Amino acid sequence: MRAWLGRNRIAVGVVAIVLVVVASAVYVVRTVVDQRAGTGPGAAVASGLVYVDNGGGQNAVTSVDGSGHRVSGSLKCLRVYTAGGTTVCLRMSLPGAYEAAVFRGDREVRSVPLPGTPSRARVSASGQVVSWTVFVTGDSYLAPGGFSTRTGVLDLRDGSLLETLEGFQTTIEGVPDDRVNENYWGVTVASDDNTFYATLGSGNQTWLVKGDLRGRTMETVRAGAECPSLSPDEERVAYKKRGGRLGGWQLFVLELGSGVERELPGSDGVDDQAAWIDGGTLAYAKVREGGYPTIYSSAADGGGGPRVLVEAASSPSPA
Amino acid sequence: MYVASTRAAEGPPPPGAPRVSRVPTTVYLLGTVSLLTDISAEMVTAFLPVYVIFSLQMSYLQLGLLDGIYTGATAVLRLVGGYYADRVHRHKAVAVVGYGLSAVTKLVFPAVGASTFGLGGVLAVDRAGKGLRTAPRDAMISLVTTPDKLGAAFGVHRTMDTIGALIGPLATFAVLTWLTTSPGPIFAISFCFGLIGLIVLVAFVRQPPPQRVKGAVSLRALGGLLRLRGVRRTTIAAALLGLATISDAFVFVVLQQAAGVSPTWLALMPVGTALTFLLAATPLGRFADRVGRWRVFFAGHVLLLAVYLLLLGPFSGLPLVLLTVALHGLFYAATDGVLMAHGATLVPEHLRAGGLSIVQTGQALARFASSVGFGLLLQSLAFTPSVWIAIGTMLAALACTYLLIRPEVAR
Repeated sequence: MRAWLGRNRIAVGVVAIVLVVVASAVYVVRTVVDQRAGTGPGAAVASGLVYVDNGGGQNAVTSVDGSGHRVSGSLKCLRVYTAGGTTVCLRMSLPGAYEAAVFRGDREVRSVPLPGTPSRARVSASGQVVSWTVFVTGDSYLAPGGFSTRTGVLDLRDGSLLETLEGFQTTIEGVPDDRVNENYWGVTVASDDNTFYATLGSGNQTWLVKGDLRGRTMETVRAGAECPSLSPDEERVAYKKRGGRLGGWQLFVLELGSGVERELPGSDGVDDQAAWIDGGTLAYAKVREGGYPTIYSSAADGGGGPRVLVEAASSPSPA
Repeated sequence: MYVASTRAAEGPPPPGAPRVSRVPTTVYLLGTVSLLTDISAEMVTAFLPVYVIFSLQMSYLQLGLLDGIYTGATAVLRLVGGYYADRVHRHKAVAVVGYGLSAVTKLVFPAVGASTFGLGGVLAVDRAGKGLRTAPRDAMISLVTTPDKLGAAFGVHRTMDTIGALIGPLATFAVLTWLTTSPGPIFAISFCFGLIGLIVLVAFVRQPPPQRVKGAVSLRALGGLLRLRGVRRTTIAAALLGLATISDAFVFVVLQQAAGVSPTWLALMPVGTALTFLLAATPLGRFADRVGRWRVFFAGHVLLLAVYLLLLGPFSGLPLVLLTVALHGLFYAATDGVLMAHGATLVPEHLRAGGLSIVQTGQALARFASSVGFGLLLQSLAFTPSVWIAIGTMLAALACTYLLIRPEVAR
């Protein structure tokens, strides 16, 4: 056997290569043919929901209405958010390059190249201020191969693009701060299109910050809170915070007036910037064990556990 | 006396010239193995950020950190792979284990799912495979090649290797754009490229025959290599220059800011470096065979010094990007394979893999230390002062190397 293999090694090698190529082609073709968008069970969302369908293999931006009817469009995004008639779509534009494509209705009005892998995206309620966060390689402040984040803000009223928040005057717990090592992520802009909340990370600490886009200032509100999301009435902020026994992330809602913080039960392990789909409900994506990401909803008052909205989907946004 | 013009290598051999002085078929086969394996590896590298952030809804921060640590830690595995390959005189078998480990990890990715620990483990095994196979493979290249063609042989290998590194991200982009965004097919296709590379290695590459003069292979003999002046000085010099080599990612981020170009260029800069590298690796390898490998290696680091100076932004825009990226690619072409070609002339055949792994490990650990150092530096400094420190470090390393290695420069 061994001698035979030795004599015919070239032929054996060629046959083995052909078999591998055929097997992989069959597997890939079958996977691609089998994929169908929006097949998993999901709930109807009374106020409507826009999301990225991860089950159909095309990352199609899909909407579901109050009767549970789903429509997938031609837009393909890694992350999407839509508000006030503006849609922001973070997607791959070239091998290894990403862009934020901004749409008013169905028309693409702006495309901004991104300096890294996209992570978060938001549009203000008026549809005028668009923001995103990306992970940047290279200028790591931690270790080789480490990452830092960069947050961009696009104002559609005058077309001005803020490529990073790092030049803002920051006050940390009452003390003006000028350290170099600062990262910002997860912006949410209020209806005045000027006030915003975001996350500031520096060293091993993170803070929820409140800022002023025109004034280019921000100050810390609370420690440990990340990826804020401002409620439609602007009286509450939802965010993720390390908690629980294993130190994983959970969602919390903070009443800005009273300072009361409520935990959303069953949101353990979330790593998303939650979206308010109405005045009392938050939607967020979380991966089920060994599966696709799933969009869940939770009552913002902390009453009751999470409900599955759409399976094999991520990036929820109110329609 | 060398007949190493590019034409002589491709045309019919001049009368009397031995046919073996061409770049041997085994080198092209090992180049094919590396090309296929690099397609496999770079497909996953290009996909991993998107996979982790969107398919797994995880933060990339911890994973990036782990990856950096593994890259440094598994540098030591090169020593293990090199020593063992010499010891049992089965370079091919050790390389098969290394390539095999990396190929198998591509199938394990979907199984571990959204677990930082699991993903970190898979990445560690992948790096371990890379660590194990590098020294035996480079030893095989050097053992089948006549000494006057070593630079050309390593140049051919690095050219083919880099072609694979360029195809990988393109393959991922093509699959994501035209076929499917599901993770399964990407990992499956990546695995198949790795597996075909492994088949080429197993079926088509032959273990170089044992040497006529056989010496003892022991840890003591391997350590004894450092008592050879040439090996010792080469290792120290490569490590010194490695300490002054900042990571590619850092070069590109600073370059984008210095040139003031769109962030889209961040994705194109590595392509530019790789293209220059693959085009120049073989000619520069031949050139090194003629004028001296150590000289070319040293000159390559002078090019890197020029890259650092350009990072200060003497001018801006696209011309700065193109010039810097071209010089950066030439730096790789003049140093990566050339160092191994130089090392191979210093180490006796029976200790070849282990000896090359000593030089490689010294360089890899120094580069790892350098990126940690520059990372820490950036916590308190802006880009420009950091670049000045890099320039100072490189000048010092070049000066020390010049003094240390002068006998070698004279060949």
